[in-house]
Amino acid sequence: MDTELILRVYPFFLEAAWVTIQLSVLTALLGLACGALGAAARLSRLAAFRFVGAVYVSIIRGTPALIQVFILYFGGPQIGIQLDSFAAGTIALGVNIGAYMTETIRGAILSVDKGQTEAARTLGLSRWKTMRKVVLPQAARLMIRPLGVNINALIKGTALVAPISVVELTYTAQRFIGSTYKPFEMFLLSGLLYMAIIYVVGQGVHWLDRRARIT
Amino acid sequence: MSDQAFVTIKNAAKSYGQLEVLKDINLTVQRGQIVAIIGPSGSGKSTLLRAINELDPLTSGEVWLEDVQINRKLPHRQYEAHVNQVRQDIGMVFQHFNLFPHLTVRGNITLAPRMLKGLTEAEANKLAEEQLAKVGLSEKIDEYPSRLSGGQKQRVAIARALAMKPKVMLFDEATSALDPELVEEVNLVMRQLAEEHMTMIIVTHEMDFAASVCDRVLFMDKGVVVEEGPPSVIFQNPANERTRNFLRKHLSR
Repeated sequence: MDTELILRVYPFFLEAAWVTIQLSVLTALLGLACGALGAAARLSRLAAFRFVGAVYVSIIRGTPALIQVFILYFGGPQIGIQLDSFAAGTIALGVNIGAYMTETIRGAILSVDKGQTEAARTLGLSRWKTMRKVVLPQAARLMIRPLGVNINALIKGTALVAPISVVELTYTAQRFIGSTYKPFEMFLLSGLLYMAIIYVVGQGVHWLDRRARIT
Repeated sequence: MSDQAFVTIKNAAKSYGQLEVLKDINLTVQRGQIVAIIGPSGSGKSTLLRAINELDPLTSGEVWLEDVQINRKLPHRQYEAHVNQVRQDIGMVFQHFNLFPHLTVRGNITLAPRMLKGLTEAEANKLAEEQLAKVGLSEKIDEYPSRLSGGQKQRVAIARALAMKPKVMLFDEATSALDPELVEEVNLVMRQLAEEHMTMIIVTHEMDFAASVCDRVLFMDKGVVVEEGPPSVIFQNPANERTRNFLRKHLSR
C-alpha cells in the first residue's frame, strides 16, 4: 500500500468528503420534505391525493436512482430544466429518498395504536388536532430509527452523482485513479471517509432515538 | 332528575356488508340514569355504545343527545365540525384506557380542555387537579402513564373524560383489562359518579357491579336487545331463555 501517496492526496479527499456531506444534508432535508408530503398524500382522505402519492412512490422505487439522476441532469435541458450537476444530483437524490421516507413516515403513523386516535376524537379533537397533538408526537419517535436507515442509504447513494461529475468522494477517487493507477488506495480512502460520515450520523440517530424513548 | 329523554336511540341498525351487527335497537336513557348493557361477546353491545358518539356510525337509525341529533347526515366538513362539537358532551372510557403515553397525567387531562375550550394554563391545571382529586390520584399529576398501574390508568382516563364536563359518560368494558384486585378502585370511582347523578351507559361483564349500580339493564344477543328491565328483574327473574342461559354461565364463573 502506497501510504506516501495517500498522505499526499488526502486533503483533496477531505474536500470531497465535505461535498458529500453537503449533498447528504441537502438531500436528507429535501427527502424529509418529500416524505412528509408523500405520507400526507398517501394517508389523505381524498382518493386523488392517495393516487398521486402511490404513483410517486411506485415510480421512484421502481426505477434505478442512477436513471433518475441521469434523466434530470441529461434529460432536463431537453424539457427546459437546466441545472448544474450539484443541483441536479441533490434534487434527484432528494426526490428519490423522499419516496422511501414517504413509506417510513406513513408506516410510523399507521403503527400508532388506533385507540389513541379514538380517545382523542372522543374528546372532541378534530382530525388535524388529533394528528398534531396525539398521533404525530408518537409516530415521530417510531420513525427515528427507520429514517436513520433511509439516511444511511442516502449517504451511500450520493455516490450516484459521480457519473455527472459532482466532485464528491467517489468521483474524486476515480479522478485520482486516472492519474495514479492506484485504485486500491483511492477507493479505500473514499470508503473510509464514507464510513466515518455514516458512523457519526449513526451515533446521532442512536442518541436521538434513546432520548425520544417514551418514559 | 327529570323524566325527559336524554339519550335516545331510535331504530338503530348497523351492518358490515351482509353481517348485521345491530338490528332495530331502541333505547331511551333519562338524565341521571345508569344503564348497563350486558351480553355475550359479539352481541353488538360495544358497537352500540360506539355508535352513540359516532366512533362506529350506524347504518340507519338515529341517535340523539337531548335535542341534538348526533348522527346527522351532513357534508363532510359540516359533519366533522358537528361531531367534534357533540363529542365534547359525551365522555368515553375504553377497555384499554388509551391514555396518551407521550403526555403526563396532567397533559392527558388538560389537552382537550385547552385546545377546545380555550382554557389558560392556570385554569387547565386547576381543572386537572380537581379531576384528579376526584379519582384519588392527585399525587400522580406529573407522572407518565407508563408509571401507573392499570387501575390508576383507568382512573386517569375517567378524569380526562370528566374534564370536558360531559353530559353523559360511556364506559366500554372499563374494567375488563384490569387485574382482579384493581377492578374495585375503578368501580369505586364509577359508583361515585353514580351518586353525583352522572348519566352513564355502561357495557360490562361484571354482573355484580351492574346489579348494584344500574337503574336498568339491557341484555343483548346477536345484535338485538333480548330483554331489558331493572336489575332485580333481569338478574333474579329473567323472562327470556337466552338471558337465563347467559347469566347461568356468567354467574357460575
